[in-house]
Amino acid sequence: MFLVLALWIVILSLSSEHFLTATNLLNVARQAAPLIIIGVGMTFVMSTAGIDLSVGSTVALISVLAGSWLSAGLPAFVVLPLLLLVGALLGSLSGWVITLGVPAFVVTLAGLTSIRGLAFVYSDGYATPIVNPVMAWIGRGGILGVNAPFLIAMAVAVLGWFLLNRTRFGLHALATGGREEAARVMGLAINRIKIAVYALTGALAALGGIVISARLSNGSPNAGVMLELEVIAATVLGGTSLFGGRATIAGTVVGALLINFVRNGLNLLGVNPYWVQVVTGIILVLAVLVNTVLSRRVESWARATSEGDEGNAE
Amino acid sequence: MSASLPTPLVEMRGISKSFGAVSALRHVSLSVLPGSVVGLVGDNAAGKSTLMKILAGAILPDSGSILIHGRPAVYDNPIGAREAGIEMIYQDFALVPELTVAQNIFLGREQVRRRWGGVRTLDTARMNRRARELFASLGLRVPSVTSPVQALSGGQQQAVAIARATGFEAELVIMDEPTANLGAPAIEKVRQTIEGLREKGVAVILISHRLEDIFAIGDRFVVMKRGEIVANREVGDTCSEEIVAMMVTGRDPRAEGPTA
Repeated sequence: MFLVLALWIVILSLSSEHFLTATNLLNVARQAAPLIIIGVGMTFVMSTAGIDLSVGSTVALISVLAGSWLSAGLPAFVVLPLLLLVGALLGSLSGWVITLGVPAFVVTLAGLTSIRGLAFVYSDGYATPIVNPVMAWIGRGGILGVNAPFLIAMAVAVLGWFLLNRTRFGLHALATGGREEAARVMGLAINRIKIAVYALTGALAALGGIVISARLSNGSPNAGVMLELEVIAATVLGGTSLFGGRATIAGTVVGALLINFVRNGLNLLGVNPYWVQVVTGIILVLAVLVNTVLSRRVESWARATSEGDEGNAE
Repeated sequence: MSASLPTPLVEMRGISKSFGAVSALRHVSLSVLPGSVVGLVGDNAAGKSTLMKILAGAILPDSGSILIHGRPAVYDNPIGAREAGIEMIYQDFALVPELTVAQNIFLGREQVRRRWGGVRTLDTARMNRRARELFASLGLRVPSVTSPVQALSGGQQQAVAIARATGFEAELVIMDEPTANLGAPAIEKVRQTIEGLREKGVAVILISHRLEDIFAIGDRFVVMKRGEIVANREVGDTCSEEIVAMMVTGRDPRAEGPTA
């Protein structure tokens, strides 16, 4: 995937003089930020062989709550932590139902419809303008020329990478997804791990919702439509397995950037924007095809080699 | 009780377990002496695996108690059982294919170190080093402790499972069908492993369909049928015909014989 991204950037740089400018690259990074933020959570969920379809709807609910609470005069330092908490609670609720034995797909599909429904009920379908200095900085500010959404996304990615690769929690999430029965008989707290990954994803969906609302200066129940599919696409594109046990945060970041670079590049080339969706779909299938076929080849090769060694040793 | 009898290493008393309406174990008692090798036999659904999973902390019994060195053991999960010195090697090895050899060996008891004022991070280098030492000391061979388990052959995966169960000062190792689906050299390797454990004073409970393995390396047979223990026999005091007959009928002819 890293190669594909690099290749795409080279091709685009040669075909459009607008592509390889700092302004454009930072712009793409900003567009990719919500995808990266939520994708980090999705990477954890998928590492446990789960899926979360409710993140786009969580974005919408968080967006209308942000609009409503901020326009009611509550200060941002109260509202923002509360929103993260709401996201985490929604995620824990999904996670808890999943530990009761309902498939994650069904639980979070129910979340997808009902949470967006809540967003519409709460807002009556209307968007609320957001006027707040903190939200204005998140949406349009930055440090040393790098925009705030991308900075937030990078901070989330670094923390997520650390959590997945350097702590017991990350290892146990991978073990749960790799082979749940083995994780169980080794005494891992499987239910706690599952609830935690959905809670984490809920909180990160809330953070993504805050970034999106800040960017649009708007709390809207229509925010994040189909976002869950884009997040899943970015995560799978990056090389995380839908079946658990194998997950990469760096891959998710690259997947999210790739999706946005494809969109941006085709736009710059003057391609009809509807084609962007077609092309994204084709890239997704090709990428996963290459990933699975390659990894199967490598595995069978490795197994053949190690069995050969054992044969010599006996 | 005579004072000269040694205290059993492990004693299970009156263990019962039902799964819904199905009664899997009915008031089962079993004791194991230190350094002895017990062969647990019985046909399918006799309750052998359920009994052993209870001992290993993977299943909680409905009633009954477990004593270790004569003292009540209180654990309600596999980590507690492992800390009490009881390890189990599962028939499917219970390894996570995507994780490395070392990660599997330390799964659930990872070594961590504190960094940046309290954040606990995995000490991967130390776990890899200790895993390498472990394989060297057990004389088991794997390609590399950092390769994922799914890249290993069946025999190598079993070596990982054995290393995990025997490398942490276990006092009792339960093996569920360790010789199923193995070739003759691998079976010999398992027998050597059990002999090695016995020499170190580690007790072994061996669930096996292969009676010849238990005759070769075991001290005692325990026969189960339909959730109950049928008979206890010293290996030198029985023959495979008698064991098979008890597995099939579920009755101990010697217990009934004199009174009939």
